[in-house]
Amino acid sequence: MVEHTGIRVVHRGGSKINFREPVITSDSRFLLCGSGESVKVYSTSTEECVHDLQGHTDLVTGVVLNPSNHLQAYSCSADGTVRLWDFTDGILIKTFIIRYHIFSIHVSEKHVGVLFVVVPMANEKGSELFQLVAVHLPRSGDPEVEVGELSAVLCDVSPNPGAVSFGTGGEYIAAAKGLQLEVFFFKKQKSYRFSLKSGMNKGINNSFTCISCHPKEDCIATGHADGKIRLWRNFNQKKEYTYSTLHWHHNAVNTLRFTPEGTNLLSGGIESVLVQWRYTQENQKDFLPRLGAAITHIAVSPDGSLFCTSHADNKITIILSSVKVSAIIQGLVKDDCVRTDLMIDPRSKALVLNGKPGHLQFYSLHRDKQLYNLDIVQQEYIHEQGVDQFQVVKAAFDTHGDWLATVEERRQKSSELEINLKLWSYDEQTQSFVLNTTVTAPHEDQITAMCFSPSPETTLLVTTSLDGHFKAWLLADHSDTEESASWSCDFVGGYHLLKPGCCCFSADGSLLAFGFQEVVTVWSPTSWELLTTLSQPPGAVRDLCFGRLSCSKYLLGTSTKNQLCCWNLLTCSLEWNTPMDVSLLQADPFSENMAAFCSQSGSTDLFVFKPSEPRPLFSKKALCTGKVERAIFAPRDQMLESSEEYSQWLNRSQLYFLTQHMDLMTFSTKTEEDRLLASSKQLMVDDSVAITPFYLLLGRHKQQQQEKQELLTNPLAERTPLPQGSIAIKELLDTPAHVLPSASFLCSMFVRSLLVSSSSRSKLEDNVCTP
Amino acid sequence: MASFKPTKIQIYPQLGAKVTQDTLYWKNYKAPVQVKEFGAITNIDFSPLAPHNYAVTASTRIHIYGPFSQEPVKTFTRFKDTAYSGRFRSDGQLLVAGCEDSVVRLFDVSGKVALRMFKGHTKAVHVADFTSDCYHILTCSDDYTCCLWDIPNSTELTKYKEHSDYIRCGATSKLNKDLFVTGSYDHTLKMFDARVQKSVMTMDHNHPVESVLFYPSEGLLVSAGGRYVKVWDLLKRGQPLVSLKNHHKTVTCLCLSGNGQRLLSASLDRHVKVYNTTNYKVVHSFDYTASILSLALAPEDESVVVGMTNGILSIKHRKTSEEKQGPTGQPRRQPVFRVFVKGRNCVPKQDDFLVSKSAKSHLAKYDKQLKRFNVSKALDTALEKNRKPEITVAVIKELDRRGTLKNALAGRDEQNLSQLVNFLIGNVVDPRFAPVLVTATEMILDIYKAVVGQSSVVDRQLVRLQELVEREIDYQQDLLEVLGMLDTLFASTLPRKEEVCREHAPVSYEISYFRGYP
Repeated sequence: MVEHTGIRVVHRGGSKINFREPVITSDSRFLLCGSGESVKVYSTSTEECVHDLQGHTDLVTGVVLNPSNHLQAYSCSADGTVRLWDFTDGILIKTFIIRYHIFSIHVSEKHVGVLFVVVPMANEKGSELFQLVAVHLPRSGDPEVEVGELSAVLCDVSPNPGAVSFGTGGEYIAAAKGLQLEVFFFKKQKSYRFSLKSGMNKGINNSFTCISCHPKEDCIATGHADGKIRLWRNFNQKKEYTYSTLHWHHNAVNTLRFTPEGTNLLSGGIESVLVQWRYTQENQKDFLPRLGAAITHIAVSPDGSLFCTSHADNKITIILSSVKVSAIIQGLVKDDCVRTDLMIDPRSKALVLNGKPGHLQFYSLHRDKQLYNLDIVQQEYIHEQGVDQFQVVKAAFDTHGDWLATVEERRQKSSELEINLKLWSYDEQTQSFVLNTTVTAPHEDQITAMCFSPSPETTLLVTTSLDGHFKAWLLADHSDTEESASWSCDFVGGYHLLKPGCCCFSADGSLLAFGFQEVVTVWSPTSWELLTTLSQPPGAVRDLCFGRLSCSKYLLGTSTKNQLCCWNLLTCSLEWNTPMDVSLLQADPFSENMAAFCSQSGSTDLFVFKPSEPRPLFSKKALCTGKVERAIFAPRDQMLESSEEYSQWLNRSQLYFLTQHMDLMTFSTKTEEDRLLASSKQLMVDDSVAITPFYLLLGRHKQQQQEKQELLTNPLAERTPLPQGSIAIKELLDTPAHVLPSASFLCSMFVRSLLVSSSSRSKLEDNVCTP
Repeated sequence: MASFKPTKIQIYPQLGAKVTQDTLYWKNYKAPVQVKEFGAITNIDFSPLAPHNYAVTASTRIHIYGPFSQEPVKTFTRFKDTAYSGRFRSDGQLLVAGCEDSVVRLFDVSGKVALRMFKGHTKAVHVADFTSDCYHILTCSDDYTCCLWDIPNSTELTKYKEHSDYIRCGATSKLNKDLFVTGSYDHTLKMFDARVQKSVMTMDHNHPVESVLFYPSEGLLVSAGGRYVKVWDLLKRGQPLVSLKNHHKTVTCLCLSGNGQRLLSASLDRHVKVYNTTNYKVVHSFDYTASILSLALAPEDESVVVGMTNGILSIKHRKTSEEKQGPTGQPRRQPVFRVFVKGRNCVPKQDDFLVSKSAKSHLAKYDKQLKRFNVSKALDTALEKNRKPEITVAVIKELDRRGTLKNALAGRDEQNLSQLVNFLIGNVVDPRFAPVLVTATEMILDIYKAVVGQSSVVDRQLVRLQELVEREIDYQQDLLEVLGMLDTLFASTLPRKEEVCREHAPVSYEISYFRGYP
């Protein structure tokens, strides 16, 4: 098999934006946050991504503003570099190579030219001990500088950036780890250690989780795993330190932050409530409840007018200082595992998967933006550890996107499983899904698979469950009654009390295949007759897929015992089979291609093939480490016209997959990259303004006018006669208002003047492109 | 910041008849007006002319009632014996009636004395009707014959002697002056053509035929006899189309609704059933107090008139649109609903500046407590009197989901606890609530087992609860036994199919709720 170099595996959107604390710029206009291997610059008012600062080759682990230039920012990454960016223009200014895996970065105004980074102690990646080192940045004009000097400041610190904080403008640095708080005074070059008594024997975990120092006074606030906040004072000596305790949180305090003037202390935790404590009047608190998910970081703008909170569901909430939410930047929500399959909404072409608890998220892959959340469970989420919540475990769309079926389940420790099947119809008027039918306890055990019939005549849903049955649900039309149409069970079937694991409809909806452990049964959904059984023991059937278009006579199945089988449905016999440990089989809905992800010795290989041809169209070894459990073919909004044989399968659709580490990856071809490059060139516009859709509409127009003005003022250039429009506008603007005719008369003239005649326009564009 | 999501109250499917368009249509009649006649009412016929008077044949009289009067506007009493089948001609001017004394009389609607008397039958004449050309009369008699008479010179035109038993029903075609159908107690229906001397079609009903009816198109014929209503396709030489068996006594009368979409049948079992004529399913049914002998619908279904064996004539008039809205004369209560929705559906004009104001959400009392995490208070409010058990159970379920049900149940005094146990006694065996309440019951027993015996009130209630649960366990055991028996029966009756196991029990209540209960 040939490896093809023209196709690359790339990250395309959906990376974490809540990994580290975001930064608000000093003018409060932009918000910077590390997102995967890049730093994203968002506008705080429009929530749009303004720049994507690319350059790092590994995870970005911290972003801070440059204390000496408020238009620049440092970012550190696991690739061992610190980069300095001009974030308003999106330009990389300098790269400092440190050669250690950097976990976090800290700066202070008092220490110009020094960065404090946390690196592993033993210079190994797997090391458990970390140290805080000061990096003295060399003054050099080169864009890439090797940093030689590293001086250790504190040993044995926590890699969590929230556990290190500068106090009183940089006079001391405080770090907490475990049950110990360490304060290092730069002037005295002396450090003090304070430790708490372990409360473990009382069942209390009072270890430090986060730390924040008061910007004006000598006060350190520490958060603890038992929900307490301690305010430390008088800590510049060993003995007579004092602390007071505040307690509101019932679970660990995840993050603490003083406002720049030190008047308020903000804290957040799993309760997803932002608590604002008044400094020195701690019994006065303000709350901002129901922020959606556990708060992981809090950041405050340098002028104190904006707060922002990062949440566990990959979200950044921007909050005004009056404790009101003003904007929400939402990334792709990825829990530890995606319970529902990846799906494509046939209407919006958005990627659909389970999002924040009890919701389905609709995520636009092209714009890398969450479109909306659909509340499936419709229940108040209790932000508390150890509470069994309803989870969306299955979802399916019908072919036109008119119906959505969801399954939610909740397993309690003691009692039985609760399952709800919900069917949602698309409402044209509100442009969203509306709950139509709820079936409580549709099956007695977990639902393993669910699919809609693709045939246009019937609206039929099939569910299979571990209770050994499959059920067919039909939309019953009660046109003669007052009620609207609702779903009801039409047929219950089983096969020798075996547990069905998967189901699949053929492309025309005339056949329905179930995998009952080792046996594949093929049914006719119109008469519910068992047509045939296919079996290739040993090994239970894991995945079933009907061929499409020219290969519709084939049925493919994968089994747990490393088999990929292809049956011919006309002869009901095995066409071919190969020994492969296929973890996922996915059919392209736009062609006859199939993608098989095979896990082999800890990594995953991909094969793309047609069921009728023995040779794979494309294969890639060692795609990523770990198993690939979820993948989807997403339609392209613009078809590619690649003629190379190996990349033709990517012409109409794009294959996305989720790795074990929940990274959303896709394949990119050369033609596609060229196109992207071209479009990014096109987008190069005036940099000082945030690129919003509104700007794209009007800004470019303005630019053209500017060009016109330039033409006007440049007498040397051999240009065409002045466009009519600019004269008209000039006249309009220069003439005194009292001698102008009525506005209604001028309006049409003015609008006409804005229209550029086709001949002059093409020339203008030539000018724009060749400056 | 999302708003608080209120507790979801589970809606349980309601058993019983569904409200269809038909039920709404046929229920939309006023309370019946009842008129007492002298004997059993054998026939009711509506005049085709505008005020739509109707002739009611009962005993030796024929009364003609106006559409709204309860007193007869006209009475024909010149019968020697019981009168039968008083029917209007299609112009509404003449009325014909048979009689027990075998004489057929023809009346002018405005006169009193019979215009013509047709003598020729030897026994009672139960059917008399006009043909569609208005010049002839069809009569059917208990002497097994049926006759066609000429009205102008009152002579007998033809006599058919084909039936072998009483002829008790007949119908003339509205489209063809020569066609008519008779139904007899010899179980047959015969179709005659006046142009030939014998029947042209014979259909076997298998029961004594009580009533026949043509469809408006006259391609189909309906007959009633015994408990059956049968529909025949006349265009296919009288092939049977459907046989309906929805009554449990003899069907006596048939009738079509004004638009021909619904068929009504009345029976001695005191019911009137309405069928959909496209699928012949019963879409509605009326109850009456006595066995029904005759039934008629006014044009446009404006009223339903039913005659019964005990001589009571029941008239239902359709509600007019004003009456549907309820009584109007009463003064409205203040303030009116309109005050609250004022300006709600106002559409902003082009230049209007829109100031949006978020709607204030109203939470139920228990939700307010739940929002504040006051679990005990939430349970208290949910247990208040006059609350639907669905709501209480939903709150208990919500507390259980939050893992705080134990906290909410604990720490109650005697009065509070007895209220709680009272609720359990009322609802724990309800299959809709059992899964939730069984957990709650177990928790209560766990929490309060230390204080059992301290309060006589609670002790008595606990004993009651125990009895209740024991009884329920016995029921469930019996039900399971029955289920086992039924399974055996079904298994033996189902045709053996090799591989497929088919089940027809999509919704079955979990019977074993109490299996593991102490």
